[in-house]
Amino acid sequence: MIFKDLVIIGGGPAGLSAAKIAAEAGVSCLIIERDPFLGGQLIKQTHMFFGSEKQYAKTRGLDIAKILIDDCLKHQDLIEIMTSTTVVGLYKDKVITTLHDDTYNKIKAKSIIVSTGASERFFAFENNDLPGVYGAGAVQTLMNVYGVKPADKVIMVGSGNIGLIVSYQLHQAGVKVLKVIEAASNIGGYKVHASKIRRIGIPIETRKTIKRAIGKDKVEQVEIVSLDDDWNIVDNSSEIIDVDAVCISVGLIPQRNLLSMIDIKTKFIKELGGIVPIINEDHQTSDKDVYVCGDVSGVEEASSAIVEGYYTGLIAARNLGKEHQDFKTLNIDYKNQLLNLRSGPFGKKTLKGLEIMKEDANVK
Amino acid sequence: MIKEDVIICRCEDITLKDITDLLDEGYQTFEEIKRILRIGMGACQGSTCISLLQREISNYHNIPIEKVETPKVRPLMTGVKLKSISEAYKNES
Repeated sequence: MIFKDLVIIGGGPAGLSAAKIAAEAGVSCLIIERDPFLGGQLIKQTHMFFGSEKQYAKTRGLDIAKILIDDCLKHQDLIEIMTSTTVVGLYKDKVITTLHDDTYNKIKAKSIIVSTGASERFFAFENNDLPGVYGAGAVQTLMNVYGVKPADKVIMVGSGNIGLIVSYQLHQAGVKVLKVIEAASNIGGYKVHASKIRRIGIPIETRKTIKRAIGKDKVEQVEIVSLDDDWNIVDNSSEIIDVDAVCISVGLIPQRNLLSMIDIKTKFIKELGGIVPIINEDHQTSDKDVYVCGDVSGVEEASSAIVEGYYTGLIAARNLGKEHQDFKTLNIDYKNQLLNLRSGPFGKKTLKGLEIMKEDANVK
Repeated sequence: MIKEDVIICRCEDITLKDITDLLDEGYQTFEEIKRILRIGMGACQGSTCISLLQREISNYHNIPIEKVETPKVRPLMTGVKLKSISEAYKNES
């Protein structure tokens, strides 16, 4: 058994940021990451981020990952990192079991920060298991992390920011994106992203959905249909298109599996992406030694995950008896940054979700 | 829609037809359906199918999706060889 003051599960933007601030406060911590590399989804974001300078706006996602990793490497005396290591179990006595290759290990923590992020939402249509049906995030990983061209001709289902950005990156990689379809009547993502892909000639068609994928051993065609205002299929609206891949980009689901193992109180809040842990202002869950930050507590952007990570690291360190020398300033600063990030039209959804959560957050 | 061709749980190969057949038979909760079909018990531990099945149950019984309870997730998150566990135990004692 390994003993640690603070174990951070998930080395994406939230986890790395939490580790940095906790280490600055003098807490020894361990980051456990399932993937071979740190940085989470940032490492495949080749586009520049919005937000303010404090969250590294105008910097490409993969470069933000480098900054966050370097920040952690500056504290090598205090931050231990395990990559290619999966947390396979979480137990109420704060024992974490891990698997690295075939080695099974037990770690006992005083406090745990769960920053496991989110996974891609899937959806139900005919032949949705044909090879060539991808999550948009998976396509982005193939292209931008592994340098693999996923297909030649694709259709993107969903016009949220991921769908729009990945469409643009597919185009950059020489993949023909025939169109982006969206079941709702409005484009889901930022207007700047939508304009950008329209400028390069990719149409975005709303009130349309995929009915089925067609093909023998892999996707060869898709059937697209129009929807009316009651979400029913419009008669004779079917359109068959030749493609060799379908990208699904219909949202993200918080990864709360580990929290469920230790009976953390959760609630279904659609504004936050689904089932999320109920947390108080300090990002503590119903177990006060278990904190959450980043997408696992509500799907937002990487910039929010970074600030939530800093904030949670700050609080977790103080509760372990190590108050950061700038605690008061940072505490206010991070709260203000989060408010700023959520002040736009997209932040309204998060704020509404957090209000709904407060009704249940009588967590001490 | 050809329900046999709509996959809800990729790990355990459960189709929409498997689900609606059980709902038609009168099964109501996620837990019941999971115990019969093993839905959500495969390699990804429900990451993909939980929200899909929640929606199917919600639509079928006409109840809000937030009222559809989902089952508890238990260790282990992924396959672990018994050998690995026994070796960890030996090293500890």
